Amino acid sequence: MTPTHNNHTLGGGLSDKLFFLCMGIIGGTYVLLIVLLLTADVAYMLKGASWHEIVFENPMVQALGKPEIRHSITLSLISCSLSALLSLFVAVPIGWLLSRFRFRGRNVLDAILDIPIVLPPLVVGLSLLILFQFWPFTMQVPFLGKSLNELVVYQVPAVILAQFSVAAAFAVRTMKATFDEINPRCEQVALTLGCSRMQAFMRVALPEAGRGMLTAFTLAWARALGEFGPLLIFAGATRNKTEVLSTTVFLEMSIGDLEAAVAVSLIMVLAAVTVLLITRIWGAKDVMV
Amino acid sequence: MITLDNITVQTGEFVLREVSLQLEAGEYGALMGRTGCGKTTLLEAIIGLKPVQGGTIHIGGVDVTHARPAARGIGYVPQDGALFSTMTIREQLGFALEIRRQPKEQIKQRVDELAKWLNIEHLLARRPHGLSGGERQRVAMGRALAFNPAILLLDEPLSAVDETTRGDMYDLLRRVQQETEVTVLHVTHNLEEAQELADAVFVLSDGCIRKEEI
Repeated sequence: MTPTHNNHTLGGGLSDKLFFLCMGIIGGTYVLLIVLLLTADVAYMLKGASWHEIVFENPMVQALGKPEIRHSITLSLISCSLSALLSLFVAVPIGWLLSRFRFRGRNVLDAILDIPIVLPPLVVGLSLLILFQFWPFTMQVPFLGKSLNELVVYQVPAVILAQFSVAAAFAVRTMKATFDEINPRCEQVALTLGCSRMQAFMRVALPEAGRGMLTAFTLAWARALGEFGPLLIFAGATRNKTEVLSTTVFLEMSIGDLEAAVAVSLIMVLAAVTVLLITRIWGAKDVMV
Repeated sequence: MITLDNITVQTGEFVLREVSLQLEAGEYGALMGRTGCGKTTLLEAIIGLKPVQGGTIHIGGVDVTHARPAARGIGYVPQDGALFSTMTIREQLGFALEIRRQPKEQIKQRVDELAKWLNIEHLLARRPHGLSGGERQRVAMGRALAFNPAILLLDEPLSAVDETTRGDMYDLLRRVQQETEVTVLHVTHNLEEAQELADAVFVLSDGCIRKEEI
């Protein structure tokens, strides 16, 4: 843009600079807070440590050496991936239906889907716990000799279900926004070209939604990794059983081992950043084709 | 041949009531009217994307009023082309034939033939991102013509085409109709387009269609 030389524009130029400065400072403050949060965690672990200690006796390395933390990492990776996949599985049809059709009760459905987002996490956990006190969850499962309640509550499936209950709501929002951005004409053209509704969905809408699905999966995965409240109530925090990384932080804190809690927190940061990077790189590749 | 007999179509608050139109086989019809007069709604009713509340639609003498879009055998070219962003141009041109489970060799042959005819051979390996308005329309037209439809519906196909390529597109549309003998209904609000191309001009205004002499 070329500046024009009159008083009004010169005055405007100065106010523009001030405007950008203000916007930069306000936005920068939050970015700085995020960076400082992570830096503080790292600094806390490195405080007063020698190079040898940093490399070989680092609390993260020590944490990774503990079998219960290794179990917690494994369970976290598996449960987050499963709950993210389940979230995507329900988010795709709901997002598509909400985006493409206007039907009676659509607004009510839309509001219901926001409940897990606005509800306090503890309440989600408590509600799950109470739900499993009712039929059919109390009914004996044939051949297993136990009820669903016994098989799920305070067991590993409870971890996945608690994570899924909240993460899916975020995935649904992402998928709805994704389908909103995809031109519905493409699916309509596919119908005229001989497709059934299902073929148009599978062959045209779904591939076009690829990047959105990746974002929804990442968001659900990260959300599941950070889930704590519902897990504590519905799955418990039993070491080597239902302990995931967020519960590890809580358990380490409760026994006064702040260093281990920080170390596990940093492992969570690394896991989340890695997933974010992988999906960003895949997403970017997809766009470049 | 397309025959609309007193059809009523509703979209939200907007209603097209008891509209009739007849376009003979092999004719090139232009449907004109101001923006918002219901041209696209009517087109969508013919295609089967919008349900009709009354009247009948016949295509080639067959009642298709309540038939699925796939069963009507209509080639549809929407305003923006609505190309499939994840498919190459070759895949888009062969899409309708692939859905019909035609042999691969036959699909390749038809795609090559269409690409040569529409002058888009150099685009076959590409995806639609970055194509010009004219190129997009050629691809969309090729995709719609691949399965040899009896009817071709064009929704403002030249609105995104610049002045310099407009003449080429006129030639192409004339060639398409002459060589395939397809019945064309071309929606436009541009009188010049209608005069250049159409055998019959239909004007939609105030919910009524009247046929005008060119």
